[in-house]
Amino acid sequence: MSVLVYVDHIKGTVKKGTYEAVNYAAKVAESLGGKEVIALALGTTNNDSLAALGTYGASKVLTVNDAAFDTFDSRPIAKVIAEAASANAAEVVVFSHNSSGKALAPRVAVRLEAGLITGASSVPSGDDFTVRRSVFSGKAFADYTINSAIKVLSVNPNSFPLEEGEGTASVEAFSTSVGAGDFKVKVLEVSRSTDTVPLPEAELVVSAGRGLKGPENWGMVEDLATILGATTACSRPVADVGWRPHHEHVGQTGVTVQPNLYIAIGISGAIQHLAGVNNSKVIVVINKDPEAPFFKAADYGIVGDAFEVVPKLIEALKEFKNS
Amino acid sequence: MKLLVCICKTPDTTAKISFTNDNTQFDTNNVSFIMNPTDEWYALVRAIEVKEQLGGTVTVITVGQKDLDQIVRKALAIGADNAVRVNAEPTDAYFVAKQIAAHAQGENYDLIFTGKETIDYNGFMVGGMLAELLDLPFVSLANHMEIEGNTATVSRDIEGGVEKLTVDTPFVVSAQKGMAEQRIPNMRGIMMARRKPLKVVEPVAAASLISTKVYELPPERKSVKLVDPENPAELVRLLHEEAKVI
Repeated sequence: MSVLVYVDHIKGTVKKGTYEAVNYAAKVAESLGGKEVIALALGTTNNDSLAALGTYGASKVLTVNDAAFDTFDSRPIAKVIAEAASANAAEVVVFSHNSSGKALAPRVAVRLEAGLITGASSVPSGDDFTVRRSVFSGKAFADYTINSAIKVLSVNPNSFPLEEGEGTASVEAFSTSVGAGDFKVKVLEVSRSTDTVPLPEAELVVSAGRGLKGPENWGMVEDLATILGATTACSRPVADVGWRPHHEHVGQTGVTVQPNLYIAIGISGAIQHLAGVNNSKVIVVINKDPEAPFFKAADYGIVGDAFEVVPKLIEALKEFKNS
Repeated sequence: MKLLVCICKTPDTTAKISFTNDNTQFDTNNVSFIMNPTDEWYALVRAIEVKEQLGGTVTVITVGQKDLDQIVRKALAIGADNAVRVNAEPTDAYFVAKQIAAHAQGENYDLIFTGKETIDYNGFMVGGMLAELLDLPFVSLANHMEIEGNTATVSRDIEGGVEKLTVDTPFVVSAQKGMAEQRIPNMRGIMMARRKPLKVVEPVAAASLISTKVYELPPERKSVKLVDPENPAELVRLLHEEAKVI
């Protein structure tokens, strides 16, 4: 009996969401009476960084050292995960709720005839395996129970603080029937901005909207983000007119974020935008209109002209960082 | 090209969310329902564009009761050719995927579209489940797709970037922003939609693997603490000492 975790990595560099998933799996394993936590890493990996998963709670890492798995195709990958789950009598399979997990978890759930809860924000509790997640675009929570013997869960990014302990995981090869011939998706290229944390994983986000009047005014937003170590985001109208790239659009039809701090500058706070930020732990709103609906959703607010407030805020942060 | 688009209903984006029956059910009183935006704006419209470019038919499928017919008619008005409604109240994503798979098996669709997620339960589940049930490749979170012959070139969103790939039909794709632009049905489309076939079929047996126990509204946020615009240092202090986020 075990809890299996899928290791998501970029050329051997394990993603933060995987550490969260391993932490989560360790808690699930403990609640089930101390099951073994086994991680599964596919493709070209690095044994040292896999062994380090032990500090997050894994006791063993299974590897399939086949370069075919260096690109993403959910169909063959889900097959290997299901094989590993069966071979290790996994009761629970855990993913990070990211772009890979969103494609894999549903497939693995079907293969294992397992109930699936995506974007879990609580560790399963009670005899009925109750798991909480955000629903209605952050406007409510739902507690679900899983009725099947095997369960698949994906963990919402940035929902649990990372916990590091002691330990090294053993690394073992896993033999699978799946190989290069099973890959139907051919990845041509992957472009990724490497200098900032991706929005869905970001702990700090600085976001701006139409109040900034034009793309030429984003310099101060970027400066503010840089000094905080934050990722930049924007509202829908700003992405629609092309002031900012679409992948920065936060809201109901864009990216959902769950940072510790979300700073909104010159964004009125339409309900569709709030749907993407409702799970932020702390929200700061800077807007010259005191009636902007965003203030109702904010923890802290400054009523003032962004062009005056933001430069002062940057100065104040510089002093804070230097002190 | 034989194209299938999976659509469903969701509460209007501005709907007030509340619950009834001891917080075990979504309260639909005074809630108007719309076609799930990612299904409509991106999946359906891109399917119609593919048909316009390469020929073929666009079928829409939904799982739900008679009240969904108006949403199905809207999809037909936008440009789908025919529709299937599986006459059952959806219980969970697996149930829905099983119904769609039961229809798609034997129909030999070249391409099956879903929206990336529904805006109510936000599960990101049906597309992947459907692909697995049909043993097809699944390209999720697609923001651009071109088709030549039977090969599609697709861009999909990944964390902090974009992945570009090719895949041969048949496959399942989940569509998001960038795939297409919203289309408003015109009067001719609305008139024609009335005469397009809408087939109602009964559901196949499928287990519900998860159950909803209870809903909860988030706690009311404490009212906003306003900081003097002349003194942003106070905000920095509050974020550091009180909120402890920097």
